[in-house]
Amino acid sequence: MGVLFSYFKSLIGAREMRILILGLDGAGKTTILYRLQVGEVVTTIPTIGFNVEQVTYKNLKFQVWDLGGQTSIRPYWRCYYSNTDAIIYVVDSADKERMGISKDELFHMLREEELQDAILVVLANKQDIPGCMSLKEVHQALGLEALKNRTFQIFKTSATKGEGLDMAMEWLANALKNRK
Amino acid sequence: MSAFKRDKKEEEDGGGLPFQNIEKSAVLQEARIFNEASVNPRKSTAVLTKLLYMLNQGERLSPKEATDVFFAMTKLFQSRDLVLRRLVYMGIKELSTMAEDVIIVTSSLTKDMTGKEDMYRAGAIRALCSITEAGMLPSIERYMKQAIVDRSPAVSSAALISAMHMTWFAAEGVKRWVNEAQEAVLSDNIMVQYHALGLLYRIRRADRLAVSKLVARLTRLSLKSPYAVCMLIRIAAQLIEEEGADSGSPHFQYIEACFRHKSEMVVYEAARAVVNLERTTSRELAQAVSVLQLFCGAPKATLRFAAVRTLNQVAIAHPAAVTACNLDLENLITDSNRSIATLAITTLLKTGAESSVDRLMKQIATFVSEISDEFKVVVVQAIRALALKFPRKHSSLMNFLSAMLRDEGGLEYKASIADTIITIIEDNPEAKETGLAHLCEFIEDCEHTSLAVRILNLLGKEGPRTKQPSRYIRFIYNRVLLECPSIRAAAVSAMAQFGASCPDLLPNIQVLLARCQMDSDDEVRDRATYYSHILARQDTSLYNRYILDTLQVSIAGLERALREYLDGEGARPFDMLAVPVAPPPQAAELDAKPRAALAKPPPTREDNFAERLSALPELQALGPLFSSSEPVELTESETEYVVRCVKHSYARHLVLQFDCLNTLNDQLLEDVRVQVEPGEGYSVAAVLPCPSLPYNESGSAYVVLQFPEDLPSSVATFGALLKFVVKDCDPATGLPDVEEGYNDEYMLEDLEVTLGDQIRKLGKANWGAAWEEAEGLFSEMEDTYALTSMTSLEEAVTNIVKFLGLLPAERSDKVPKGKTTHTLLLAGVFRGGVDVLVRAKLALADGVTMQLTVRSQDEGVAELITSAVG
Repeated sequence: MGVLFSYFKSLIGAREMRILILGLDGAGKTTILYRLQVGEVVTTIPTIGFNVEQVTYKNLKFQVWDLGGQTSIRPYWRCYYSNTDAIIYVVDSADKERMGISKDELFHMLREEELQDAILVVLANKQDIPGCMSLKEVHQALGLEALKNRTFQIFKTSATKGEGLDMAMEWLANALKNRK
Repeated sequence: MSAFKRDKKEEEDGGGLPFQNIEKSAVLQEARIFNEASVNPRKSTAVLTKLLYMLNQGERLSPKEATDVFFAMTKLFQSRDLVLRRLVYMGIKELSTMAEDVIIVTSSLTKDMTGKEDMYRAGAIRALCSITEAGMLPSIERYMKQAIVDRSPAVSSAALISAMHMTWFAAEGVKRWVNEAQEAVLSDNIMVQYHALGLLYRIRRADRLAVSKLVARLTRLSLKSPYAVCMLIRIAAQLIEEEGADSGSPHFQYIEACFRHKSEMVVYEAARAVVNLERTTSRELAQAVSVLQLFCGAPKATLRFAAVRTLNQVAIAHPAAVTACNLDLENLITDSNRSIATLAITTLLKTGAESSVDRLMKQIATFVSEISDEFKVVVVQAIRALALKFPRKHSSLMNFLSAMLRDEGGLEYKASIADTIITIIEDNPEAKETGLAHLCEFIEDCEHTSLAVRILNLLGKEGPRTKQPSRYIRFIYNRVLLECPSIRAAAVSAMAQFGASCPDLLPNIQVLLARCQMDSDDEVRDRATYYSHILARQDTSLYNRYILDTLQVSIAGLERALREYLDGEGARPFDMLAVPVAPPPQAAELDAKPRAALAKPPPTREDNFAERLSALPELQALGPLFSSSEPVELTESETEYVVRCVKHSYARHLVLQFDCLNTLNDQLLEDVRVQVEPGEGYSVAAVLPCPSLPYNESGSAYVVLQFPEDLPSSVATFGALLKFVVKDCDPATGLPDVEEGYNDEYMLEDLEVTLGDQIRKLGKANWGAAWEEAEGLFSEMEDTYALTSMTSLEEAVTNIVKFLGLLPAERSDKVPKGKTTHTLLLAGVFRGGVDVLVRAKLALADGVTMQLTVRSQDEGVAELITSAVG
């Protein structure tokens, strides 16, 4: 019996966390995914559909789904919601005009039944661009204060420079561990 | 441990036929494991295999089912299991036509096709191309171009083949990859080279000059791949046919050079191309046949098969050349491969002498039961050819055929035998009685309804004219007792034909028909009642019109006319003459494929025209369309404007339909009309112009003429002039540059209105009876002519039939060989519904002498016909 027990325990320990990276088109989702996976900036093209990669961070394995953000692709996000542990929502901090659309998409998504237990990380990306919105402004523009009953945190990042991502992942890894 | 044991057990159960009795709903249910958070590659692989198997068995999914399972399948992309991923590619390809929103996998596939994992790349390309629509092509173009010239042959081939598939819906886009394809054609890999040539040809196929250049370039290159060379030979042969080139052409020289190629495949392909060319000289042919002859003795069965099959196909076209191989073919008769033996024997039958027929038939009989239906059909076709060639052998051939009829076999096989027997019966009066007897026996036990119906119809037509018609009645009536309704109905019609043609059988037939009136099926009862009433009248003209002559209208036309009649007031009785006539079955069908009795006849030209013309308000007052001529070209081809004319006859009017095509891209034509100078007695009733004719579009202008009262002047020649307003325009947009155009005109060739234009063909099953009936009632005209320009009776018959536009009756258009006299019997209707019967007695001396007798309800028409011939 003892053998069997440890067998199961190791199975649970090996279960990958499932993370979705969502956000409007051009927010930097694919760049973030590959920054996390290979630690480099790769040239990307608009994602038609999705990319899925395995990312290891501090001995934790994540299965990361980067779903395309174009208007035509957004309706398909919901096909991939089930069994999701965490959502990384990426916002282009320099795109002030579409902040409202980004907010609508975010709240629309969070209403989904299947995502009720998912942890949310919001990344205010492209902080390297001059004149972009600050962390506070993004927080406000997205109306994050309205979020109740949800483990969430917002970080400022620059995927191309690699800034802020570590902090965000650190927080996410801890949050996922603590949830257990 | 227990889990392990269970797994083991499952595997054992999976032996044998794992996918027997799988159910769609169960498989779709199982496919939900794709959605699980972490993928189990082993289980998913099994389920996906099951799904693919099911789709390949022809199971259809609804769009929702397909989309659901497709999206579930996309989640398998998280696993990096090699086998699973490749199965996913196959799943994408299968579901791409059924599921919606399949573009969702575009990014994932693009990544796989450009990635480092070679095992993924080819499959990903194929899957990607299957989900890409024409509009999405630019987004993958860069990757496709790279893939075509990839160093991995598998990737390059996959990209080339996928590109070929995409030319069906995105030809323009794929054209831009021609440079890459040209690079790939130089590849060292034999498959890549072959596929690259395939793509290059597909891209240029529409442009003969470009194809010619491609062939010229590649023939100089000496391709490595034998597959590519074979393809090049085919393309070259096609070019030779299209250009009508002779043996001097470089393409031909290339094919000839291929006889010396080191690959057998190429040598065979070259020989095949040469023997199939339409114009080969005997020298070239001999060279090709000697290659095939060599292959006949090859140790490889495939080579022997290929050679003998090709010889079989060309045996009729080039008997002399094939005869040279007779000795080799004789050796193949006993080949252990039945297909080779069958083809060898049938080839010998096609080329052989009368004396060898019996021996060969005996040889075939030893193994005919062992070969497949497809080869049995080949045997039957050979027998048909033989029967036509050696009429005296009919009894032994017929016996053989009837033995084959009794064997098991599919519809196509049985139909080809029945067709052959029918052909023999029609061609050889001596064989008629035996042939009919065999067919009677066959329908006693025939499982194919369509075939039984056809044979009953034939019995009805041919049976009454045999020496002892009564013997067929039993066979026919047995069908009424035993078969399904459609066969019973056909049997009733057949019996009625006997009743109408054989007065001494009439009382018996009436008794049988009376019994059929109690049948359980409506159609059978209706037919029995109908025939029994007509037969009770004892009136031969009624028999002829309503029993022996079949309805000769197009069914679609009749349906439309009846519907219009029912929608109308219905004050007047329905006019049968208003229905367009169906074209009579062509005699040439005999040589063509077995007459497809199952095929539905397409709508006739008259149907189409009637519909188009009745849409024009100006033409509605003219009454029903009587007949339409073949289109006549009024311009040379390749001129600025192409004009064709179709002549439509009405009872009192002639409508000329001018189909015009504008081939100048810098002109817009408006108000296009044709001015005709009608012959004497004609008057123009209306001119309907075509309002506008842009570049490369065709439009129709009409002229309505009234026929002259005086019949002889209705055969006339008109001058014609195309008039229109030209507006110069921008070739790119097609929009006119100026508001005002200028008038212009274009001379057309003269237009002839012939006798044939005013006559509609009509089949008379019993022409003799109709002719006798017409005596005294109709006016008769007779005249004798010397047709000096004709050198044979066949030529004379063909020309007369064409000129008069009447339908030959009782197969009198077939002139028996070696005769010097012949009687041609014709029937038709002149516009306005005047019946016409024509008898032409022909005699061959220096030229052909013809005595023409015309019987018609209208004296003027009879006079017109006799005068028109002179």
